[in-house]
Amino acid sequence: MSTTTTEPRETLASVVMVDYGLGNLRSAQRGLERAGADVTVSDDPSTFADADGIVLPGVGAFSEGMENAGPFREALAEAADRGQPIFGICLGMQMLLTSSEEAAHAGEGEVEGLDFIPGQNVRFDEGQKVPHMGWNELHVKRDHPLVEGVDTGASETPRADGPTGGSVDGEYAYFVHSYYAVPEDDEAIVATTDYGVEFPAIVANEEGNVFGTQFHPEKSGETGLTILRNFVEFCAEQ
Amino acid sequence: MLTKRIIPCIDVDLDEDGEPAVYTGVNFEDLKYTGDPVEMAKLYNQAGADEFVFLDITASADGRETMLDTVSRVADEVFIPLTVGGGIRTRDDIKETLRAGADKVSINTAALQNPDLVNEGARAFGSQCIVISVDARRRFDEEGEYYAEVDGESCWFECTVKGGREGTGIDVVEWAGEAESRGAGELFVNSIDSDGTKDGYDIPLTKAVCDEVSTPVIASSGCGGPEDMYEVFTEAGADAGLAASIFHFDEYSIQDVKSYLDERGVPVRL
Repeated sequence: MSTTTTEPRETLASVVMVDYGLGNLRSAQRGLERAGADVTVSDDPSTFADADGIVLPGVGAFSEGMENAGPFREALAEAADRGQPIFGICLGMQMLLTSSEEAAHAGEGEVEGLDFIPGQNVRFDEGQKVPHMGWNELHVKRDHPLVEGVDTGASETPRADGPTGGSVDGEYAYFVHSYYAVPEDDEAIVATTDYGVEFPAIVANEEGNVFGTQFHPEKSGETGLTILRNFVEFCAEQ
Repeated sequence: MLTKRIIPCIDVDLDEDGEPAVYTGVNFEDLKYTGDPVEMAKLYNQAGADEFVFLDITASADGRETMLDTVSRVADEVFIPLTVGGGIRTRDDIKETLRAGADKVSINTAALQNPDLVNEGARAFGSQCIVISVDARRRFDEEGEYYAEVDGESCWFECTVKGGREGTGIDVVEWAGEAESRGAGELFVNSIDSDGTKDGYDIPLTKAVCDEVSTPVIASSGCGGPEDMYEVFTEAGADAGLAASIFHFDEYSIQDVKSYLDERGVPVRL
């Protein structure tokens, strides 16, 4: 049973949020609950298999995150292979890739990511304020269940390479980060955002079950709740 | 493109029954009651606020307890970033406040007294959640480090404590640079001279800080309307504009401010 008292609502799917000891999990939990999930915050990998979906939240440093996520590495790899939905948020998204410059910058040598989406995370160039903090626009590049949405007409001229129907294209999301993902395969990029450089705001693996957002959907108002709702619905369909 | 953030500030005090209440002041004194903080946060969220700042102005243990409860209630209802300040003095205070649902904590006096708290907080919780707040006051003497031109005169900006009643002799611009190098993720710049005046932000102050640091800067104190926001974004280079009374008393809506900025080419989230 969900413990939230604010929004009694039908539960669509069960989600395990991995607690690896970093950051404020409360907002992400409440956001997912609002979106219809029954959320269990857990540091026990044996709970992963029975969940409809897994969330990797994240605030903090890459190497610390990976170190803390060490005990979950195997269980997450099995979940990914089984086709279970895995959703990484912010640092949680960066951890889905192969490696990050951040560990090297901190003098910690090569730290291995989860490698579900081949690629690495790099730092924004000098000349941009870092962290990239605030609300920025999403440009959806291809279809994925995560980016479906109500057509708000925010994007006036649909691009030839953009999605067709209603989506979160042209909506704003809240970002706080100093590094961004560079997947090896451009197909992994679902949406981008412009901050001096056009970087991936949403990435997904080839199979479509492992994905992540660089921004915080739980802090991105209605747009964020739409994305969380998409995730919960996707979990329910699996 | 990254947008400029419009942030309503909510000062939380206890009313006569010990319940949380929002007050807004003129020159850090003369507080006027304006409503329930959770209801206010919901209204501002619907109105298009990009973020909130909650300040505990009670400076008491009871106030702190009530504040954490208020933060939790707001965080459960409103899904935009929330900064909490007032009375945060230790690493445990930071942790408790983040646990309650805050995304960032704003630290003022405690960081001036113990600068290592900035390093400690950034290391433990990440720079992104450590906001260093200053209450600046103009000084027209020879004791500063960084000078700006104000009305044809040369002045520097001093960090004050106790709502501007006490000086510290520390130069705001120098402290801003130091706080950044210690790991502050954002700077929150208040002006004792401008607070409550509605004559506009202290532009020379905000510009001096923005020129010194590369982390985001929230300009505060003195906003009387959309044109003041425009000025602080375009002339001083602030990343976010904070206002209290113009929103609390419905003089302008957040949308009024954003439309004004949008028409003049300042990127905002509409």
